[in-house]
Amino acid sequence: MSDIKVSALRHVYSAGTPFEKVAIDDINIEIPHGQFVGLIGHTGSGKSTFIQHLNALLKPSSGTVMVDGEDINADKMTAKNVRHKVGLVFQYPEYQLFEETVYADIAFGPKNMGLNEAEIDERVREAAHFVGVPDEQFEKSPLELSGGQKRRVAIAGVIAMRPGVLILDEPTAGLDPAGCEQILRNICDYRTQTGSTVIIVSHSMDDVARLTDRLVVFNHGAIRFDGTPEEVFSQPEELRSIGLAVPAATELAMELKKRGLMLPNSIYTNEQLEKALLKLKRRAD
Amino acid sequence: MSSVIKIENLHYTYPGDDVESLKGVSLEIERGSFVAVLGHNGSGKSTLAKHLNAILLPTEGKVLIDGIDTADEDNLLKVRSTVGMVFQNPDNQIVANVVEDDVAFAPENLSVEPAQIRERVDNALKAVDMYEFRLHAPHLLSGGQKQRVAIAGVIAMQPEVIVLDEPTAMLDPKGRREVIDTVTKLCREKGITIVLITHHMSECINADRLIVMSNGDVVADGTPQEVFSQVELMHSEGLAVPATTELMWQLNKEGFNLPLTALGIAECAEQIAKEIG
Repeated sequence: MSDIKVSALRHVYSAGTPFEKVAIDDINIEIPHGQFVGLIGHTGSGKSTFIQHLNALLKPSSGTVMVDGEDINADKMTAKNVRHKVGLVFQYPEYQLFEETVYADIAFGPKNMGLNEAEIDERVREAAHFVGVPDEQFEKSPLELSGGQKRRVAIAGVIAMRPGVLILDEPTAGLDPAGCEQILRNICDYRTQTGSTVIIVSHSMDDVARLTDRLVVFNHGAIRFDGTPEEVFSQPEELRSIGLAVPAATELAMELKKRGLMLPNSIYTNEQLEKALLKLKRRAD
Repeated sequence: MSSVIKIENLHYTYPGDDVESLKGVSLEIERGSFVAVLGHNGSGKSTLAKHLNAILLPTEGKVLIDGIDTADEDNLLKVRSTVGMVFQNPDNQIVANVVEDDVAFAPENLSVEPAQIRERVDNALKAVDMYEFRLHAPHLLSGGQKQRVAIAGVIAMQPEVIVLDEPTAMLDPKGRREVIDTVTKLCREKGITIVLITHHMSECINADRLIVMSNGDVVADGTPQEVFSQVELMHSEGLAVPATTELMWQLNKEGFNLPLTALGIAECAEQIAKEIG
């Protein structure tokens, strides 16, 4: 179990210099175990700062972060251990591959947890399997792989720690549509099979709309909206005013309604729109 | 119609590779046009882009920029000041400690007059909406802000062509729109030729021309309407089509009769409303 509870979290960068900047302020949020959460917000809205607090990479300027009822910044040991529980995959994680072989890179995390060889081996194979890295690639240098493959190896390196909370910062940035689909499928598989919490930072409204249970919208370092995709995307004007968009299907549904079509309010994927339109057509015919 | 870029039978193999990354590409790009290039990872789009300002030189074939062969070392500076490049990761292209110094880097190296450098830097930063950050340190900016600084750095060079290799991959929807609006404006108002390499289908809709690459070759070339209406081809290349086209294609399978060329949201809604109403 990995429940997250964040209270009155504030973080200030470069405090006491001319570039002092309050990155996030007064963040209060609880994320129960097993939820699939999408974090959205414009660049610089504080999303990345926020997620780095969830595994103690950044320390709060004030406020607390609790994981499983424990203040993760209470002492050094807790801060270190929380990194095994809360796995963080950064933007462009492929730039962080550094070992000589794919196997060694995926094994790095479990090794640091002090596991024995057999356990490490089991976890490396399991993690590689999740992201579709075949055994034949284990002895290759990560540098020989394509961009999409490198990224999957990097994600496997985090999954190998079997984190109860998996956080990914824009995991599909820069990948082609087929590569995006594969990574998102891997993440969904990990969640269904382990029951872990997944938090995904994304700029793709279409992706978060069809994948997540809950959307948290950041704006200027604060949480602006927090609800189901249906609730959040029912406020297109507000989202636009803070630099975000609604999924293409929602936008199209709004245009269709303007033209007199009777569509339900809760459309945010192409599949939903297609179904609704087929129903209308059948009725019209 | 004059071509600013002329590519003739371009082959390229990376050192140590057995497989060609470009397999005989021939293209002409019209001066002042907005060209988008799509293709799956590893299709050769970035390799092609790197040939446009002599970062890579052809293994076989020719690349001519304004009639100048990129393989001619004496003209390297001329080629590089004609074609500006913006890459995916801004962290690899920002060099200075202050935003405006970074934007001034290229014009300084091209020996532009100091007063004119000031003007170019200000205009470039305003064009990407980063003027208020001109005295900030680039490393403290967010990814999207850094990318806009990188684009300003190229604009300050006043090139004839700007090649952007997935410039919006890390940006939020607003940042993406700003970058695309900025390059569209530079194209339409200043006549700068734009070559935009992207994975975002929505960014291609307003291009004059859309080129699809696969395995080192061009597999489709035409207006966005012509190319995106080939939905099966796009899918087989591991690419998506805009949500509008995808929806209409799915609906057509269920008995609708919609034109796949209605790419824009309003246009698409109009067609669907007509069919149902």
